[in-house]
Amino acid sequence: MVLEDGRVARRRAERMARRPRVSLVGVLGEVFITGGVVVLLFLGWQVWLNDIVVGSQQQTQATVQSQEWERGEAPAPAPVTRADPGPPVVLASAPADDVQFANLIIPRFGADYSRPVLEGVAVNGALADGIGHYPGTQLPGDVGNIALAGHRTGWGAPLGDIGNLVLGDSIYLETADGWYRYVFRTFAYVMPTSIDVLEPVPENTGAAPTDRILTLTSCNPKLTAAERIIAYSVYDTWYPRAGGPPPELSPTQTASVAG
Amino acid sequence: MYAALWRVLPGPVWLRILILAVAAAAVLTSLVLWVFPLVNSLSTPQEVTVGG
Repeated sequence: MVLEDGRVARRRAERMARRPRVSLVGVLGEVFITGGVVVLLFLGWQVWLNDIVVGSQQQTQATVQSQEWERGEAPAPAPVTRADPGPPVVLASAPADDVQFANLIIPRFGADYSRPVLEGVAVNGALADGIGHYPGTQLPGDVGNIALAGHRTGWGAPLGDIGNLVLGDSIYLETADGWYRYVFRTFAYVMPTSIDVLEPVPENTGAAPTDRILTLTSCNPKLTAAERIIAYSVYDTWYPRAGGPPPELSPTQTASVAG
Repeated sequence: MYAALWRVLPGPVWLRILILAVAAAAVLTSLVLWVFPLVNSLSTPQEVTVGG
């Protein structure tokens, strides 16, 4: 027994002697590695996890607003063949900064894609909560150019799929008055200083507008901000709220789902 | 640092692993809920507008 105890004690002493001392360099290295992992986690959170969370918040906000405009009633979709709805109704005036006045609905971005459109392009205002409307540009349905901006990565990435638009894709703007259908025409890639894309006739300063244009701007290439991607669409028709939403839209996009 | 942490923890191996897993989950949760949003609000957002 005594012999046994002695052996155990000796083994423990050996283990103590083998144990490395805490070295400054070792601790520093572990701190750096931990910091690196945290930075990578942050980047993953910023471009992926947070986009899912904020994106679904923006979509919920759009749906809630749509339901408010509907006053809780689930509308029947407008018939595919229908009478000419006439010239579109335009909002009387632009709302105050950071106030939602429309929803942007793009079926190409998914059957539940609907994001709020707010007045202004402040990074910590409208752009943090959805799509921003350049102040001074036209309103939905108006002759001229309605220019909108949205994040392509981060902050919910409302325009994350802007590069996937295909010629002829529908882009809807929903307001209290109804749904305005625009048809995607073309992309442009410009420098951040190219404010002429916001002109009533884009890239043609001073020209008198006759068409109804919708211009989306976001950053390009994706994940950087060196350039801007511009998506031009032209007005096609509008669906007055009383006549029901466009048949192309899903129940989520027309707020007929309770939620 | 982590070796010292492992030595300081009490109990058998499975208990130490359990404690570390709970601690890691707590650290991750606080990062995602408070630290990352704070850092995000302090960093300069990516510009998406023209003329800015």
